[in-house]
Amino acid sequence: MKVVVVTFPGSNCDQDCHRAVELSGGEPRYLWHRERGLSDADAVILPGGFAYGDYLRAGSIARFSPAMEDVVAFARQGGPVMAICNGFQIACEAGLLPGALMRNRTVRFHSFDQYLRIETTDTMWTSAYEPGQILSMPVAHAEGNYEADPDTIDRLEEDGRVLLRYVDATGATSEEGNPNGSARSIAGIMNEQGNVMGLMPHPDRAMEAVVGSVDGRGVFQSLARHLNGPGAK
Amino acid sequence: MSSAATEVTPRASDPEITPELVADHGLSTEEYERILAALGREPTFTELGVFSAMWSEHCGYKNSKRLLRLLPTEAPWVIEGPGENAGVIDVGDGWAVAFKIESHNHPSAVEPYQGAATGVGGILRDIFTMGARPIATLNSLRFGDLDDGRVRYLFGGVVKGIGDYGNCVGIPSLGGEVYFDRGYEDNPIVNAMAIGLMRSDELITGAAKGIGNTLMAVGARTGRDGIHGATFASEELSEENEAKRPQVQVGDPFTEKLLLEASLELIGSGAITGIQDMGAAGLTSSASEMAGRAGNGVEIDVALVPVREARMTPYEILLSESQERMLVIAETGREDEVERILRKWELEAAVIGQVTDDGMFRVLENGTVVADLPSLPLTQGCPTYERPGVESKEVEELRKRDLSHVSSSHGDLTGQLLDLMSSPNLSSKRWLFQQYDTTVRAASVIRPGGGAGVVRLPGTRRGIAATTDCNGRYCFLHPRRGAAIAVAEAARNLVCVGAVPTAVTNNLNFGSPLKPAIYHQLREAVLGIAEACLLFETPVTGGNVSLYNETDGAAIYPTPVIGMLGVVEDVERVCRHAFTRTGDAIVLLGTNKGEMGGSEYAYVLHDLVAGDPPGVDLLAERELQRAMIAMVQEDLLGSAHDCAEGGLACTLVESALGNGERSFGIDVTLTDEMAPVPTLFGESQGRIVVSCRPERLAHVIELAGSHNVPCVQIGQVSAPEGSFRIRAGTSGVDLPVRDLADAFFGAIPARMDSPAEATPAPDA
Repeated sequence: MKVVVVTFPGSNCDQDCHRAVELSGGEPRYLWHRERGLSDADAVILPGGFAYGDYLRAGSIARFSPAMEDVVAFARQGGPVMAICNGFQIACEAGLLPGALMRNRTVRFHSFDQYLRIETTDTMWTSAYEPGQILSMPVAHAEGNYEADPDTIDRLEEDGRVLLRYVDATGATSEEGNPNGSARSIAGIMNEQGNVMGLMPHPDRAMEAVVGSVDGRGVFQSLARHLNGPGAK
Repeated sequence: MSSAATEVTPRASDPEITPELVADHGLSTEEYERILAALGREPTFTELGVFSAMWSEHCGYKNSKRLLRLLPTEAPWVIEGPGENAGVIDVGDGWAVAFKIESHNHPSAVEPYQGAATGVGGILRDIFTMGARPIATLNSLRFGDLDDGRVRYLFGGVVKGIGDYGNCVGIPSLGGEVYFDRGYEDNPIVNAMAIGLMRSDELITGAAKGIGNTLMAVGARTGRDGIHGATFASEELSEENEAKRPQVQVGDPFTEKLLLEASLELIGSGAITGIQDMGAAGLTSSASEMAGRAGNGVEIDVALVPVREARMTPYEILLSESQERMLVIAETGREDEVERILRKWELEAAVIGQVTDDGMFRVLENGTVVADLPSLPLTQGCPTYERPGVESKEVEELRKRDLSHVSSSHGDLTGQLLDLMSSPNLSSKRWLFQQYDTTVRAASVIRPGGGAGVVRLPGTRRGIAATTDCNGRYCFLHPRRGAAIAVAEAARNLVCVGAVPTAVTNNLNFGSPLKPAIYHQLREAVLGIAEACLLFETPVTGGNVSLYNETDGAAIYPTPVIGMLGVVEDVERVCRHAFTRTGDAIVLLGTNKGEMGGSEYAYVLHDLVAGDPPGVDLLAERELQRAMIAMVQEDLLGSAHDCAEGGLACTLVESALGNGERSFGIDVTLTDEMAPVPTLFGESQGRIVVSCRPERLAHVIELAGSHNVPCVQIGQVSAPEGSFRIRAGTSGVDLPVRDLADAFFGAIPARMDSPAEATPAPDA
């Protein structure tokens, strides 16, 4: 699988995503935000970081990058887009995903390992996991509090588009298990077509046991399985 | 570019040079006379400003340079020692590591958020100007009593400043330490350390090489912020310093990130021969130091420097400390390439001058010479002083104070343990490091919360371990021993994770060296560091000196912070500080001598900073280090944790609780022939608590014995969430480990998250 990692000025997880793709047997390449061209891409990653410093609203300037025009077109044609952390914020700003990421409830940056629960495995992003599987991955963000109007969230739930939820050590959703105050403990979602996923936790930092977790591998394995499966280009 | 004497034109608006103006610039009469002699004429106002910055304590090290020469700086693995932007060591497999620690105490005292943020920014630039990509940061912080509102404001602001800056640039925090003590009430200490990685052949230095090469200013524009920051950092604080807030610079981590990427790309392109941060004393120090290192001169026209404010004078442009700026030396003819790379990263580059052969630091304004100074006296001629040093009588009396009433105190030991674990010094620092990104770059093998942190080198099984350490109370009561202990403790923290201690960067935080009692502390501390580093073969490759940490005449504790690096051969075999298995044997390496002087117990429960600090046997420490490294490399252990503040009991609590993922009860019996308080809370050095499977116990004891390290099983790890029991003679402690967890993890949040929490200054 050929995966393009878009680098915005201020991206700081682009190298981590590049390596995660390599570790998953894929072929990564960087795309600088001013450049264009996704014709060879099987999938795109919008990595974490602080694009444009996030001095305005996180992701609000990055969405106007030339590369983002191509990413939006790529997504509209059904191309898989994985939007992690700041990438999730950018994808929401660009209208690829519904809702928005608000300041954390505590108004602080949070950095720790977070328990997550896989809510559906019937997607190109989660097929390698078990239903209900409990994962642990790093979170590291100041604006991860997912909000949308109630109808939108109901639709996400009904369509099975909530992929991951924040949970506590027992696997249950709870106040303590929700690090940032996200509506219904939502940690990751996908669009209606299922080809754009946004998530706040970092699968790119959970690829090797020596750094604490291998629970992020499933996301990349699911994508590879989807791309290499029947109908893959 | 003439080498003949140049006519220097004072500007019409320049003030007259008077003795008052000279004094305002922090220069003594003798120093000014030296300047007159070096120039053979009176300096202009601009020239006076330049000398003032370069001969400040901060840039000129005038009161510390002679002492710093006592430190060991060499080893076969040292690639760059002191004098460059950062020290560089060879860590094997073609990799080299650049690392350094630096203080931002003065700015943080008046504006904690920006003071701390720009401290992180400055140290990161020192690393990537060596050609190294920053891979980790650590912070060593000291504040006053956390129950004080202003201290909470300073602490909250500093933590947020460090977090916001480092998180945005994307450098993981690997550890550090923070202590609270009245000795730092008005003068917090903010020391930031950074570590960067490069291939050994990618090293670049801050030297202005190649006559005719082009000087270019790159990165952010120059403004009026931070003018004379270096001089500000070289004087005592007082009420008036609140008015010096404009001397504190403002940080922009986003620009820093772009500058980082642009600088590494510039270095990789080969278009430049040298690069340096415009840090303290800005363009003045970067240009003159780069010239000085290469033995060349430089000529700059300040009218060519991109500015963010109109009508800036040469004086202001030369002394501005606006952040996120670099001076680069471009190969003649490759200036366009430099500009192209900077433009890609949405930054500016401007040609501002060239390297000359006449050894002069010459500044023009639209072609008119406004400063023409010989670089050598400017960068090397700062007078250095050896001051009289005499120990203060009060300190001597405090040290000789009899603490037998502390040792023999009775009462509820369980309650005392809870009091200690919920004191800000011994409680968990999770509240801080959860605000720092610790996992970005996906290479953090051991994150903050134990002793040393470990980061893996890409594509290898090798890792770099790092720690910062210093007990200011020990150093106050006995500077030489306290400093040696700081080195020994840093080394113990490294060997506990399995790293071989390799090199040191230090940050000497002291009061005014003009006072004999303070100069005594400084000299003694340097001697203590020198002795320990020499024996441990951990050369000092650089660092920082921060003096005049005083407010209204009251100085901080002498705080020589030691930042130490170690090399881990195999990151799959590191050891952590938390117990891992029920049933493991708990083993003590080293001997308890029941020393209570300068202890946390005396401070928390008797409100005392007194007594003779623990002794340190450096040879025994070295044997302990070797035994410990062997145990981790042979994979014998479940955990290893250094005994430090709070003594054995507190070490056991920390290992029982870890970072909060899970906790274990313990059953420990101590048979030391001494009273319970020193048994539990004495702070003897040279001790490590390890745990291992029972079947490996014999091997552990044998290995320790082969290094002549005392080693005895003191108990075992019991059930998860079980009882925490230590028997000491007829008394002891016994409580559910959950109660300890509440005390340990709750102490700082209880103070910082309450409605009364001080609000950090708004972001600029």
